[in-house]
Amino acid sequence: MGNSIRGILVMVKEYFAMSWSNIRGNKVRSFLTVLGILIGVTAVIALITTVSGFSGTLSSSFRSMGAGSLMLSVTGNDLKSGLSREDLTVLTELEEVDGVSPSVSLRGRVARGGAYQSNVTVSGRNAYYFLKNEGMVSRGRTIHPSDEENMTFVCLISQELVTTFFYGEDPLGRNLYIDGVPFLVVGILSGDGGTSVTAMMSSGSASIVIPYTTALKMNNTGDVTSLVVYAADGLESGDVTTVLEETLDAMFSYEEDCFTVTAMTSIEDTMNNMLSMVSTLLAGIASIALVVGGIGIMNMMLTTVTERTMEIGLKKALGAIPWQIQMQFLIESFLLSMIGGVMGVALGLFLSLILCQAIGSTFVISVEAILLGVSFSAVVGILFGWAPARKASRLNPIDALRSM
Amino acid sequence: MTEPVFFHMAGIHKVYPMGDEQVHVLKDVNLDLEKGDYLSVLGPSGSGKTTLMNIIGCLDTASAGEYVLEGYDIGEMDEVELARIRSREIGFIFQNSQLLPRLNALKNVELPLIYAGVSPRERRQRAREMLEKVGLSRRMEHYPNQLSGGQQQRVAIARAMVGNPAILLADEPTGALDQKTGRQVMDLFQALNREGRTIIMITHDMNIAACARRTVHIVDGVLTERAGEAHG
Ligand SMILES: Nc1ncnc2c1ncn2[C@@H]1O[C@H](COP(=O)(O)OP(=O)(O)O)[C@@H](O)[C@H]1O
Ligand SMILES: [Mg+2]
Repeated sequence: MGNSIRGILVMVKEYFAMSWSNIRGNKVRSFLTVLGILIGVTAVIALITTVSGFSGTLSSSFRSMGAGSLMLSVTGNDLKSGLSREDLTVLTELEEVDGVSPSVSLRGRVARGGAYQSNVTVSGRNAYYFLKNEGMVSRGRTIHPSDEENMTFVCLISQELVTTFFYGEDPLGRNLYIDGVPFLVVGILSGDGGTSVTAMMSSGSASIVIPYTTALKMNNTGDVTSLVVYAADGLESGDVTTVLEETLDAMFSYEEDCFTVTAMTSIEDTMNNMLSMVSTLLAGIASIALVVGGIGIMNMMLTTVTERTMEIGLKKALGAIPWQIQMQFLIESFLLSMIGGVMGVALGLFLSLILCQAIGSTFVISVEAILLGVSFSAVVGILFGWAPARKASRLNPIDALRSM
Repeated sequence: MTEPVFFHMAGIHKVYPMGDEQVHVLKDVNLDLEKGDYLSVLGPSGSGKTTLMNIIGCLDTASAGEYVLEGYDIGEMDEVELARIRSREIGFIFQNSQLLPRLNALKNVELPLIYAGVSPRERRQRAREMLEKVGLSRRMEHYPNQLSGGQQQRVAIARAMVGNPAILLADEPTGALDQKTGRQVMDLFQALNREGRTIIMITHDMNIAACARRTVHIVDGVLTERAGEAHG
């Protein structure tokens, strides 16, 4: 009779229809019941999607510029405080290395005419730096190899300094004084100073860029202590670490703690780990809302069972077996929870779209997150609907009918 | 080959525990029916009519005694088997028609067939036929609150009959109706009985009971063929 798979499917379909009409018949109450699940799923989805969008953006910017690079920072020892230009040449000529980009940082007093500004960040860079970080220059030219070679007094300046010192004038071809030394302005730095992570991490927002050799001279050191090493084509930064360390060990006479090499890939790994830890933690907290939502559904279902005692008795009198009653109520709580879940997924994605736009990362719909949200609410619906549904199926039809 | 016993009750007792005491609601009820009978059970309020109906309708089992329906020994059955018997052999009609408010007339009539696992098409077909039979062919899409009391009761009758049960079991079917619509329901019962339906109708109203072909009396849980015999 009703035992074939087909029969069961037909019945389950019928229960869905009944549950749906019950849920619709109590719109406000159903919505309030579902609110807990909705909020929980919204939070989980928004968090996961936003964080994964953010880490995706981070990763891709690492990959675009950073994956093949290593940060080298030198503390030196008594004999040797940093890397000389010859040392840099040695590093550049390593087979595994594509090039190096030293960074020499100074602070100086910048002046022109009557105007001056103290404590301006001046970065010493080489030509290779501009090769690796495209889009740094909005107008004019970059530092050339000949500038490095000859320690020329040329500079590129930020838009901010253009407004400060060259109001209404074209700065290109004019002089600017850094600590009293005249520098020829040859280029204007673009506003965002490059988008790559290495640019972000190594320069901050430089106001003035000059040839690093010139900067070393002004610094009175002649030694480079901070640089970025780029791996040769096809190599990841991790592959270069060993050979780089060996070379540097030789330069520093095998004394310990003279330098640190940090591969970008390992920084990226660390960051991704941190991000995924944070997102797991937040999602964990958000899932408490799901449990609370589940309890809300359970409460509502228990109330429903009590209210519909007569209906349950009647259905039993008409031949429903306990299992069929249990199924019907289970499907109702499942459906309630799923409605909350689906609404939560939609709202969560919407929220995360806004968030991603606000923090400027790409918005990627994560299928895992959606599956997680939906399946979590399905589980919550069945889990918390179980006890009420069982209670309904246990109702004695005689008592139930007498209550009419 | 003998036919299975259609309806046989012998020595039925029903006792409810009430704290330390026991309430003896049905006392040695004996009753036999044949297919096509139309029986009314007449008795005052509190005499045990509903209790008896619950046992006949397999919603409840007797404390003692034998009850056989369509060859099945009802006393031996578990909850699920009882539900199956109800689904196949019993058509309930309650005092207040007890329709589900969110379902229209057609869906209400289909309900027992859903639990019996009948396919949607056949369900719809049979429910339509039944509603036509009770004179509601033009009210099939109506919801209970769009129907009069008499119409609701007729939907309930259609629902009771749709599974083609062995017995139509009605507890005070006219209790909530005015005299005229009550009369119409009685006419319907008589018509159904003429077609061969077995009907058991429970009532406290002598005039209603008189519509049946046979009347038994119940007083204080004792069932007799004629009024007053229990006191004799
Ligand atoms: N579950 C129960 N527990 C105790 N007493 C009951 C129970 N059900 C019915 N009774 C008692 O049995 C008697 C008959 O009840 P019922 O069958 O409903 O009578 P009727 O339907 O004729 O009015 C009443 O006195 C009632 O109080
Ligand atoms: Mg009664």
